Amino acid sequence: MIKALASAIVLLSAVLNLALAQADNRQLTLTGSSTIAPLAMEIAKRYESQHPDVRIDVQMGGSSRGINDTRMGLADIGMVSRPLKSTEQDLTPFQIAMDGIGIILHKSNAVTALSDAQIIDIYTGKINNWQKLGAADLPITVVNKAEGRSTLELFLHYFSLKNSQIKAQVVIGENQQGIKTVAGNPGAIGYVSIGTAEYEQALGTPIKLLPMAGQVATVASVAQGAYPLSRQLNLVVKAKPEGLVKNFINFAQSAEVKDLIVAQFFVAPFSNSIKSGVAGE
Amino acid sequence: MFNNSINNQADRRLNFLLLIVASATGLLLAIIILFLLNESWPFFANRWRDGTWLQLFYGQSWYPLESQFGMAPMILSSLAVTVGAVVLALPLGLGSAIYLQFYASPRWAQSFRLLLNVLAGIPSVVFGLWGLTRLVPLITSWQPPGASLLAAILVLTLMILPTIALTSASALASVPRELLAGSMALGLRRNSQILHIFLPAARSGISSGVLLATARALGETLAVLMVAGNVVQNPSGLFEPVRVLTANIALEMAYAMGDHRASLFASGLLLTMLVWLLSWFAHRVVRAHKQALQYG
Repeated sequence: MIKALASAIVLLSAVLNLALAQADNRQLTLTGSSTIAPLAMEIAKRYESQHPDVRIDVQMGGSSRGINDTRMGLADIGMVSRPLKSTEQDLTPFQIAMDGIGIILHKSNAVTALSDAQIIDIYTGKINNWQKLGAADLPITVVNKAEGRSTLELFLHYFSLKNSQIKAQVVIGENQQGIKTVAGNPGAIGYVSIGTAEYEQALGTPIKLLPMAGQVATVASVAQGAYPLSRQLNLVVKAKPEGLVKNFINFAQSAEVKDLIVAQFFVAPFSNSIKSGVAGE
Repeated sequence: MFNNSINNQADRRLNFLLLIVASATGLLLAIIILFLLNESWPFFANRWRDGTWLQLFYGQSWYPLESQFGMAPMILSSLAVTVGAVVLALPLGLGSAIYLQFYASPRWAQSFRLLLNVLAGIPSVVFGLWGLTRLVPLITSWQPPGASLLAAILVLTLMILPTIALTSASALASVPRELLAGSMALGLRRNSQILHIFLPAARSGISSGVLLATARALGETLAVLMVAGNVVQNPSGLFEPVRVLTANIALEMAYAMGDHRASLFASGLLLTMLVWLLSWFAHRVVRAHKQALQYG
């Protein structure tokens, strides 16, 4: 109710401001990836608090909607959670963060690395005991993410799986729930945002992050772009950014929003300004 | 005894005020239902168009992003978790109430009642956290994966136990003293008094407490979400993970769009109707019982 009322008030004030805003270039619309949207909303909130006359509207609808809306001029900025394709070179991307996920096991598990094929076999239920992978005789508990989560999407995309192929024993929502589930179950395997996992591991939670394709799973490795199970989070625009659009993109790429990126368990790109260990809450 | 005639200015004003408050409550409920209907409408309309809307009730697979919207396993899981918790909590709660009311010394009864009140006041997220970090690993060491129907039932039992115990105790306390005097005059033993006089006389109070507990169990979200495992499948065993309707909404709402989002509102509507059906049923039971007492 309160939310509806609040949004009604926002809508009303938006309508009232419309004439002024359009004349003044003081309103900004972002549409696209639901992965980026929560982060973009936080950045927009901070930008608005610094520029009280600016109104920023963030809408979800997936990366392809972000591309389309930006092309059609329906949105000033599109949010796209992948690199641009060769057919999309009419748009210009500005990377604001990286998203990386790590495979986690219980600390007591003897397994130190898994190949992509082994992970697929585990998640599709073909391998259901750690004994087959040279570890203790223990049934595997597969921990999967709930439908709609961006980590699930990235995981499925990387391993070319469909969610209906996965045979999970536990389905979780938040990263923290996944870490607690794996920490409490010696036979569990799960995947969570690397930032959260690294933070918890440093606190002594009995989990371990597995390397992927020979690359260690750390925030630093994701920031450098070496870690494979990761993707770019981009803001895209059609024309050369000017005025408000340019200011907002500069703001989103600046050091002023690093804490917001980290709070959403994403990784700020170009590791010079971020130290591992501050990741997480 | 009471009549409705209002012949006093102050009374009239109060009457008006109360009328506004009462209709605001009713209006709020109506708005919530309308909101649920409105938000879930696109889902029902689309399913009606492609002729798959009945799959909601018998479909076995829930992959909303692949357009499979079977809610049957989650409906059954919700019912299984609720029934399991009530079946466990009813004897425990009723036993506690009888002990509290008839056997405990006054000092003991006071501390026991305090204990139950504390148990009733613990937030559900604390129960969930305890379940996730203590109960689930315990079950895991016995029967992996641990997060299961059993874990959900046990956590819920703890949560609804104080509700049942406290309402039953107050129902037993409000049984007319004449019945006690009469049963004593007949020379009945304590256990026959309780079994054959007090429990039947307090039945409607006890059943409304059980209803309250059932509604809480059915609607509980966070604690169940943390311990039940949340795999969409029929509740086929105590050690199998299950996903209940409320947990499904909480898990997926934040990131759902389009039909997926509307389907979550549809499951919310379904849950509301389940609770209504339950309270209507309980209302009937209580009324039938009262009539039987009056005319029997």
